[in-house]
Amino acid sequence: MDLRDTPEEAAFRAELRAWLEDTLPEERRGPRGGAQRFGDAFGREWSRKLYDAGYAALTWPKEYGGAGAPYSFQAVFYEEMARAQAPSHVGVIGLGMAGPTIMAFGTDEQKQAHLSKILSAEEIWCQGFSEPGAGSDLAAARTRMERKGDVYVVNGQKVWSSFAHIADWCILIGLSDPDAPRYKGLTYMMVDMHAPGVEVRPLRQITGESEFNEIFFTDVEVPAENLLGEEGQGWQVAMTTLLHERGTLGFALTAALEMSVGRLVDLARERVNGDAVARDRIAQEWIELQALRFTNYRALGAYQRTGVPGPEGSAIKLRWSEQNQRLTKLGRELLGTDGLFDDGWWHYQQLRSRGNTIEAGTSEVLRNIVAERVLGLPKGR
Amino acid sequence: MDFALTEEQQELRSAARKWLSERYPLDRDFEAPADDRWSELAELGWLGVSVAEDAGGAGLGFLEEALLLEEMGYALYPGPYLATVGFALSGLGPEDQAAVAAGTTKWSAEVKGLVPWLGSVDRVVGMDGNAHDAAGEEQASVDPARPLGRLEAGDGTALPGPRDVPRARTAMAAEAVGVAQRVLELGIQYASTREQFGKPIGVYQAVSHQLANTYADIELARSLVYWAAWCVTVGDEQAPVAAAAAKAFAAEAAVAACERSIQVHGGTGFTWEHPLHRFYKRALWLYGLGSSPTELRAEVADAVLGVTIRV
Repeated sequence: MDLRDTPEEAAFRAELRAWLEDTLPEERRGPRGGAQRFGDAFGREWSRKLYDAGYAALTWPKEYGGAGAPYSFQAVFYEEMARAQAPSHVGVIGLGMAGPTIMAFGTDEQKQAHLSKILSAEEIWCQGFSEPGAGSDLAAARTRMERKGDVYVVNGQKVWSSFAHIADWCILIGLSDPDAPRYKGLTYMMVDMHAPGVEVRPLRQITGESEFNEIFFTDVEVPAENLLGEEGQGWQVAMTTLLHERGTLGFALTAALEMSVGRLVDLARERVNGDAVARDRIAQEWIELQALRFTNYRALGAYQRTGVPGPEGSAIKLRWSEQNQRLTKLGRELLGTDGLFDDGWWHYQQLRSRGNTIEAGTSEVLRNIVAERVLGLPKGR
Repeated sequence: MDFALTEEQQELRSAARKWLSERYPLDRDFEAPADDRWSELAELGWLGVSVAEDAGGAGLGFLEEALLLEEMGYALYPGPYLATVGFALSGLGPEDQAAVAAGTTKWSAEVKGLVPWLGSVDRVVGMDGNAHDAAGEEQASVDPARPLGRLEAGDGTALPGPRDVPRARTAMAAEAVGVAQRVLELGIQYASTREQFGKPIGVYQAVSHQLANTYADIELARSLVYWAAWCVTVGDEQAPVAAAAAKAFAAEAAVAACERSIQVHGGTGFTWEHPLHRFYKRALWLYGLGSSPTELRAEVADAVLGVTIRV
């Protein structure tokens, strides 16, 4: 155990820090609110710059356009991005979910077609998992996929799909065999979002902005070669996606939290003097942040050895989401009565944080995962 | 940047788990006077882990000692290892350290005017930083296995090293993590086998989610303990704030873990016969000795926000 950078890590950190200093315009720094990420062309431009500089996917193998670097470099990357308050790569779903799933289940053709375009932000991806009748219970997905010759005909509705309104591709799970036992009738495919019959409707959320969408599929024809895995193997493929979603998320989440705690500390220096209760609550949030940070480092060790994120990622996501809700509430409270009129950063963050315990696995589902897969408690279902 | 335990560290930990569980099983007679097997600890090398090799030690660091302390919390080990190695050892001179490593001297330290195991150790590091003979009356504490005494202070003799408060706090935090881990496992075991309404109670989310919360607490507490232990080991400038954070968080986590496990066990968890209450009392002792979590967080706030005059 050594928390100091190795000479290689230190060199990488220095190079990245200098690159961010030179490349990132001042007005693009700062923890920017959700939907603003999607608002203009800067997202793709910035992502392309990250790709050209070799930072888009540090841990991906070189043959797929990554840097083939150890996971510790990814950790350094997130730390430095947070320090510079730099916006993240726009291809969050592609990098964290679609890409690793294609690497695990894709054919050579599929890998060639998509992986480097995910990194360069030529392809933005979205996720078609949740449905109006299938949220936490993903296996209840009812979007129909019917084989007709060389294509699957897709009909159905997906919901809570971030990035769908700007996406080029979708990782979609649906029902190919309604008569099969639960879990066995599901199939996983990649769908071109520009295909005829795909319609996207943005959903307005409690922040007033639109980050996620409904997607309607009406007789959409998807070539059979776009399946990931076999027909009927969809559940297994989807589990790989979700494992990566929660596994690699930890560092990005903690980096975002680091910025929020930094803001909280700045605010407290201005507004809180001798109030022991407020100071205690700020100390609690600072301690929890350090605990999450070093839990990430420990998980990284396991990730490095196995290449697969452990189910411990569920605990990190669980605690992160609850902390973000607590601390954004505290931020507004520290503003005093000014908080009643605040429509700025803390207002947005507090409202947005209510989604944190719902998206990417509700806290209830995550506790089930911990109970069953980590603790080995008997399964309820 | 590497936060993983080395193979040697992992081996040390599993060897400790095995040795302790064979000698201190949970079905032992807790009412009988406990043998701390001190000379065996010396033979195992556990008393001299961080003592220099030319003084009869292993020349390793505090991180390894923290792993042993975690296992001692897990096993409810009865002896004054925490006090001797966790509180006193680092400030002693080479001769005293050699005597600790050889198992011939047991030490404790005065913590906010209280000396753990005062009646069973030989020497005490006082609040004044001097070494004293272990003179004074001890009385039973919240944890009956860990009496506390008040030192009848003479002048004592000067010691070469300063009192290492971050190290002592981290040592307590490490024990607390072990306690929490054990009561979590007891809770899992019980919830997996106890049936009500025709099913093991662990299938009910009101039960399983409590245990999942304990798991998350422990993972976070362990991370803070390893961070603090590493800082103490290498003399990192963050050692004081890391140790304060680790003790505050781990002590609260251990107490909460015990309370949840007692609840999961139902009436069984409330009986004298079941060992849970002994873990609970150990956790309360660790929570209460020295600075409380609230006091520790005040120190963290001072470090993070800057010191202000508290009114």
